[in-house]
Amino acid sequence: MMFARILTTARIEFLIALRNRWVGVGVALMVLFSLVLSAAGAGAAGNLAADPLSVTVASLTSLSVYLVPLIALLISFDAIAGEVERGTLQLHLTYPLSRSELLLGKLAAQLAVVTISVIAGYGAAAVLAFVAVGGEAAQGLGALWRLVWSSVLLGAAFISLGHMMSAMARRPSGAAALGIGLWLLAIVLYDLGLLAAVVADNGGAFTTTVFPWALVLNPADAFRIFNLAASDATGAASGLGGAANTIAIWKPLASLLVWPLLAAALARLTFGRVQI
Amino acid sequence: MLTLSRLTKRYGAQAALDDVSLAVAAGERVALLGHNGAGKSTLMKLVLGLISADAGDIAIAGHAPGSAVARALTAYLPENAAFHPALTGREQIGHFLRLRGEPAARADALLERVGLGDAARRRIGTYSKGMRQRIGLAQALIGAPRLMVLDEPTSGLDPVSRREFYGILDDLAAQGTAILLSSHALSEVEARTDRIVILSRGQQVAEGTLNSLRSDAGLPLMVTLHPLAGQDAAAAAAFPEAVQNGGVFSFPCPQTDKQAVLTRLVAASGQIDDFDIHPPSLDDIYAHISRRAA
Repeated sequence: MMFARILTTARIEFLIALRNRWVGVGVALMVLFSLVLSAAGAGAAGNLAADPLSVTVASLTSLSVYLVPLIALLISFDAIAGEVERGTLQLHLTYPLSRSELLLGKLAAQLAVVTISVIAGYGAAAVLAFVAVGGEAAQGLGALWRLVWSSVLLGAAFISLGHMMSAMARRPSGAAALGIGLWLLAIVLYDLGLLAAVVADNGGAFTTTVFPWALVLNPADAFRIFNLAASDATGAASGLGGAANTIAIWKPLASLLVWPLLAAALARLTFGRVQI
Repeated sequence: MLTLSRLTKRYGAQAALDDVSLAVAAGERVALLGHNGAGKSTLMKLVLGLISADAGDIAIAGHAPGSAVARALTAYLPENAAFHPALTGREQIGHFLRLRGEPAARADALLERVGLGDAARRRIGTYSKGMRQRIGLAQALIGAPRLMVLDEPTSGLDPVSRREFYGILDDLAAQGTAILLSSHALSEVEARTDRIVILSRGQQVAEGTLNSLRSDAGLPLMVTLHPLAGQDAAAAAAFPEAVQNGGVFSFPCPQTDKQAVLTRLVAASGQIDDFDIHPPSLDDIYAHISRRAA
């Protein structure tokens, strides 16, 4: 019964995502940027020892750090605020449907949208790599698969964070603003802040003790470090990716696994405080 | 089916509901009347288990509001619910059916029943306001509910739709569904309810059938008459209590004096061109009761 209610919620939410063209937008964004990146990356890395698909995965990692959280927040910010505004949340909660079931159904549908988008984007990049170099590209399939499932985990974390923003704002416009703010903070400003701190610290205690943890604690940075450290193409990475060498791989992996659960719990707590 | 006893809900220092008791039996239609902010919505949210009371008890067929059994027995039509414009009527009702554990294939029959059979495959975004209200009603009909809570169900409906709407409620009541609906105008609920409860500032100020409210209010009838040409002075002599306004005479008449006034009108028929006797309108009665309470 509980599963059926989550399933029908997920179904109707996915239908809404299709009709609102979120699926189309997500797929188009991921495919377009993946193709551009792999075309550009193939030229630059032509003489490297690493196989071309692994190089592409390294470029795709840097792309996905920006795009996956953005897509996740775009499709999730309306989840609760929109229902509050339309007056349907009140109605839903008079049904034999719990807040957890409603949230899980929305999460499942929106995660499906993210999954379809990343598979389409990465798949397009993989096809391009195979067309360019033939069977040799198969060496990079492991790295590509890792990129897919870690992107899904990253997406799950940011969808639930989007739900949390949605429950906090209670109005779609406010929720959109909070979502964009979160994206800027977690994806752009966080790294800039760390870089500035590392430069100012000049190899001191911050750089050796605090900085590695600070990187792992942010799910987006954990995603980047995990994929770069796990692949052979670390050399192709730039910026903070260089730090990947010094961090044990279980740390970013644990961060990637824990964040979706933590974010879902935070979203549920915030949603529980929405009075109707 | 529904029992409220000594229900109180406060928001800060202000009492949204103050010691309200009410019972709705199976098959009974009860209208909850009050101005905006009188406590109607608060009462409904309490009954639905969306919020909890500060004092008093609610039982839905013996179960606590918001409990699994109470939710399964209760249907709700929110005021101005806007269903997602991207979905079709059939998809939206199919979803609500599945949430109640029923096959989605029953959506078409439900939509047919509320007069949306032809629009089932169209997106809700293309529906008129009345059609959207019917989608709300269709979801409230799922699973033959024992208690139906309707928040301002007829506001914004045209008179024909409103009549059809009450027709569906009559059928439900005949099958034993207890119905609690709210409205801000007595003229909207008309004689289609068995009992009327009037709330004012969280307090229950009147309860009864429309006729008992009418006699309680004790409002006078209003008599208007047009004298024949040149008979103004004679008419004024025959009806000294009348007020003249642009050639029209009018005066109030207590319910008990109806016959006497009629006799006088007949006696004065030589001076009178035309006359009317108006009973107090429903809105007059409602305004009078609300004002008396305040």
